[in-house]
Amino acid sequence: MQFFFEVLIGGLLSGVMYALVALGFVLIFKASGVFNFAQGTMVYLGALAVVGFLEKGAPLWLAVVLALFLMLGFGIATERFLLRPLVNQPPISLFMATIGLAFFIEGLAPLLFGNEPRPLDLGVVDEPIEAILDATGMVVSRFDLLASGVAGALVAVLALLFQYTRIGRALRAVADDHQAALSIGIPLQHIWVIVWAVAGFVALVAGLLWGARNGVQFALTFTALKALPVLILGGFTSVPGAIVGGLIIGASEKLAEIYIPPFLQEAFGGNFGGIEGWFPYVLALLFLLVRPEGLFGERHIDRV
Amino acid sequence: MFYRETGQFKTSYAADQQLFPIRQDRIAMAMLLVVAFVAVPLFASEYLFSAILIPFLILSLAALGLNLLTGYAGQLSLGSAAFMAVGAYAAYNFQLRIEGISILASFFLAGLTAAAVGLLFGLPSLRIKGFYLAVATLAAQFFIVWCLTKFPWLSNDSSSGVISAQKLVILGYVLESPREKYLLVLAIVALLALGAKNLVRSATGRAWMAVRDMDVAAAVIGIRLMPAKLLAFAVSSFYCGVAGALYAFCYLGSVEPDGFSLDLSFRILFMIIIGGVGSILGSFLGAAFILLMPIFLDLTLPPAAAFLGLPFSSATVSHVQILLFGILIMFFLVVEPHGLARLWQIAKEKLRIWPFPY
Repeated sequence: MQFFFEVLIGGLLSGVMYALVALGFVLIFKASGVFNFAQGTMVYLGALAVVGFLEKGAPLWLAVVLALFLMLGFGIATERFLLRPLVNQPPISLFMATIGLAFFIEGLAPLLFGNEPRPLDLGVVDEPIEAILDATGMVVSRFDLLASGVAGALVAVLALLFQYTRIGRALRAVADDHQAALSIGIPLQHIWVIVWAVAGFVALVAGLLWGARNGVQFALTFTALKALPVLILGGFTSVPGAIVGGLIIGASEKLAEIYIPPFLQEAFGGNFGGIEGWFPYVLALLFLLVRPEGLFGERHIDRV
Repeated sequence: MFYRETGQFKTSYAADQQLFPIRQDRIAMAMLLVVAFVAVPLFASEYLFSAILIPFLILSLAALGLNLLTGYAGQLSLGSAAFMAVGAYAAYNFQLRIEGISILASFFLAGLTAAAVGLLFGLPSLRIKGFYLAVATLAAQFFIVWCLTKFPWLSNDSSSGVISAQKLVILGYVLESPREKYLLVLAIVALLALGAKNLVRSATGRAWMAVRDMDVAAAVIGIRLMPAKLLAFAVSSFYCGVAGALYAFCYLGSVEPDGFSLDLSFRILFMIIIGGVGSILGSFLGAAFILLMPIFLDLTLPPAAAFLGLPFSSATVSHVQILLFGILIMFFLVVEPHGLARLWQIAKEKLRIWPFPY
């Protein structure tokens, strides 16, 4: 039973990391209706930029600030050169454009900052907390706890931003109806720039945490793919949904990885590791059959 | 001048509805087929066959399959490589386990197997659409590749799921040289492309296009969504499955599940974006473009870099390649969302009135 809880907590904590990536997706989808496939590579770009600046001799804080500026500039450039010319195109075209964007970053980031995998040290060690270990005998990493703290804070700030500020209200208006928002004088293009910049910031945070945990390498972009089932579970338009979905996916994939292979082995023989790779997708797929709009998504009504 | 239709009167419905209503198109197509079936095998080199022509035809077929699903029926799929994998492994197993089965029969059965699997993963399309569906097809991509790696029966107990394709034997004749393989692939692709061209102008194709443009409206005018969508998934997977079988048997010879990764799915998706979404011709143009561009860059980038005095490693070349890929995708979507096929159409319009445009 203790083992079960240990796996569960490990899963929940890694789920927080998925949620961070998913959050970036949700922000952009909410405000512009664009499904930003490049979010994962933005995470990679953010982490790589920090490491790159560190290698050039900048202190950590400066590297982070420089990377932040890079991400903001990147967001603005994306809006100007990719989204603006594509206004009024069907959503599927925009989606495919962001796949192109993902490839663009995938090629550009290593050219700028080098492609060999590197560690990233944030000054927090990845070791168990003694107090919890002594009290319950379970291993809970200090780093994971910090990561979930950061994620929680980020969600809280974003929720406040969306709910109580002028910009937040404008964002929600745009998300509801582009045309109506335009007609009451909300500058659509500014809003999109802001959203892409915020998504860039979220990507940077996720990149820092993921990079510090697993090293900065190309595999970071695959975390983005894990964020997709998280989105499906939580609903594309819900910030809390991203968090809850992330927790569910994180916990269930780790539990599945531990508990399903023995059954398969008994039935078929052989080695059945790596269930983590597809389990979230199949879970999301089954979930879609029951509730197509996700846990917290808005029910979509079609009109002809 | 080149496309002057003056004097080509249609006097029957059959003439009006034929595949290529303009005489020049018929002549061009006939010439293309003659060149592909006769002239190319006579003159092309071994390298041209095995490195360019065969993969081009096979990937065109896969792109054609995806185009039927995404371009005509409007269901975005990111799992086409997985259906190719199903086709490849099914063909291998039919050859292995059924005594004396003809290779063409096992290709056909492989296509049907892929269609059945496609049908299964197409089921969610009845309830979800757009991005949700795209993510659902990712489930197919990861799950199928995992299954092929982990279940030893599927790859006849070979390590890590690698299979080596059996000999290609048709009526006792062994196809070994790239030229013979090319002719086999060409015949199959030409046949299936003709089928696709006819399918999309039939009632089924029109139903698919109605579903693509707006599924609620399509349902209102009496199109049954469930058969239409599922048929699109099945037909598309059939094409991808046959392409996968050819990929294993005629192109690579031995394949592993990881060869059919998400990367390949994306490449096929790019082919139809660049070639033209919702166009048979576009699938071929896009496949040629995506296949030839890396070869072109490999040839031109290092000399160009040397000329400019820049240090260039092979890793840099591959990064620049990815970068240019991304730029091209975005460029095409911004400038010409209908792809190369549309450019060809515009050129045709121009040729029609040339040299007197007014």
